[in-house]
Amino acid sequence: MSDQHTTAPATDGPMVLAEGVRKRFGLVEVLKGITLEVGRGEVVCLLGPSGSGKSTFLRCINHLERINGGRLAVDGQLVGYREQGGKLHELREKEVVRRRAEIGMVFQRFNLFPHRTALENIAEAPVLVRGLPRREASTRAQALLDRVGLGDRGDAYPAQLSGGQQQRVAIARALAMEPKLMLFDEPTSALDPELVGDVLDVMRDLARDGMTMVVVTHEIGFAREVADTVVFMDDGVVVESGPPAAVLDAPQHERTKAFLSKVL
Amino acid sequence: MSSDVPAVVEGDATEIKAVPVRRPGRWLAAAVVAVLVANAVWSLATNDRLQWGIVGDFLFDGRIIDGLVKTLELTVIAMVVGVVLGVLLAVMRLSSNPLVAGASAFYIWLFRGTPLLVQILAWNFIASIYPRITLGVPFGGPEIVGGDANALITTFVAASLALALNEGAYMAEIVRAGILSVDEGQSEAAQALGMTRAQTMRRIVLPQAMRVIVPPTGNETIAMLKTTSLVSVIALPELLYAAQLIYSVNYKQIPLLIVVMIWYLLFTTILSIGQYYIERRFGRGHARELPLTPWQRLRRSLTIQRGRPALPLAQRNTGGGFGA
Repeated sequence: MSDQHTTAPATDGPMVLAEGVRKRFGLVEVLKGITLEVGRGEVVCLLGPSGSGKSTFLRCINHLERINGGRLAVDGQLVGYREQGGKLHELREKEVVRRRAEIGMVFQRFNLFPHRTALENIAEAPVLVRGLPRREASTRAQALLDRVGLGDRGDAYPAQLSGGQQQRVAIARALAMEPKLMLFDEPTSALDPELVGDVLDVMRDLARDGMTMVVVTHEIGFAREVADTVVFMDDGVVVESGPPAAVLDAPQHERTKAFLSKVL
Repeated sequence: MSSDVPAVVEGDATEIKAVPVRRPGRWLAAAVVAVLVANAVWSLATNDRLQWGIVGDFLFDGRIIDGLVKTLELTVIAMVVGVVLGVLLAVMRLSSNPLVAGASAFYIWLFRGTPLLVQILAWNFIASIYPRITLGVPFGGPEIVGGDANALITTFVAASLALALNEGAYMAEIVRAGILSVDEGQSEAAQALGMTRAQTMRRIVLPQAMRVIVPPTGNETIAMLKTTSLVSVIALPELLYAAQLIYSVNYKQIPLLIVVMIWYLLFTTILSIGQYYIERRFGRGHARELPLTPWQRLRRSLTIQRGRPALPLAQRNTGGGFGA
């Protein structure tokens, strides 16, 4: 994927670098110092009980939430700030938006635009944000629909699609911006069990094509098969991380063991 | 009304033919209503004091038609300005800047909190407190343009201002409710795709808010058409005042008020039909199938009665245009 909009030239460093990231909502500290690294082309699955801060951390990566402490960088650039003379300067909306456009995000509840057809959902942002001609955007959107196996449903409104189909359209919508990093926030949690497979297939293909992915999921099977690294979070901290075989089959910590014994 | 439609049976399955339950109560109620309606029509039609002939004479009278045009002009101006102002005030009220949000809240408080009739009178007498209206440097600095208030604020301008500024306050609340009705996930998804807040509002939030905004706005428009009659108090010859001017000379009050009512009813009916189609358009993508237009419903019931299965609805309604 060539992308003339990428601001910084690709470096060798990690795609995501978090050092002691903290996030508070009011008095409640949800993230209590998250440190982790996501390499280029790596697939990282975040596991953990609900309320452990997985989704919040994911939302911090594309600046939907603002961090209160620590450092968080994507592709070598700080998220939401610019460092100048040893001081942090908040980024203007224009810059925040430009960096966000390079990060795709898929939500638990799809969040497709209900007043737009599947095709329009995909073509909207490339036209509006990247200034692509509408015809070209539509052609590309059609290709993406084909890729997620919904080539014939372009004219359908989200309400006319099943949950699994909606989520695949949502993935195509995120891919339309040619992101260098994809974030998945429990992409299959709102789906009927028989629809989960189609969505996971699309994600598996994506991983195979070398996309860098951070996936918050409860699908242990998917994590075992696709993830390069599994990160187990609890109560706002990373409890342990490592290759799936290590974390899932031979967990070191009691909390990880307790969690896995419930979900496996 | 889709429950009236018998299920379309495919293959060799036979359709159930059952004797329907008798409902004598329905027939009785229908008979009572029919008698009452017939009696009302009869009494109106045969009451000579209603002077239907005079109603006919004045229905298309030049002064009445001029008044009607003024009424429609005021309605359009008040609603267009009111909607634009309403969107502006609603976005201001949702701003995180407390001064901007406060200014909007104050405006709404002031214009909703005082009677429209009083506002109309006040705008009409504005010249008594601001004899000159100017645009220039604040706090009495040099003026760029300006003019005599009595010349600038004619009764028509006063009436338009009063109606539009008052409507803006009500529309602001309607638009705000619409914006708040859109799921937060929609803004998040738009922002995650790299849209700015302005783009998100314009392309994603407002179009969806329209579904909630349009029905009450239709009501407001219909109400406004009738509310314009209030400006008769500042002697603006809209529909009602035009009729009053005529009956103050010929004393045919009731026939002329009937003329006025006929015109109001005609235009509220037209607006209601327009509202139906506009609501249908903004409902697009929300329901799996759009409701049928009255015209489609008629065609559908005709086809079914002839024994042919109707087309699947989805096939007719793709594209979500303006009806049949």
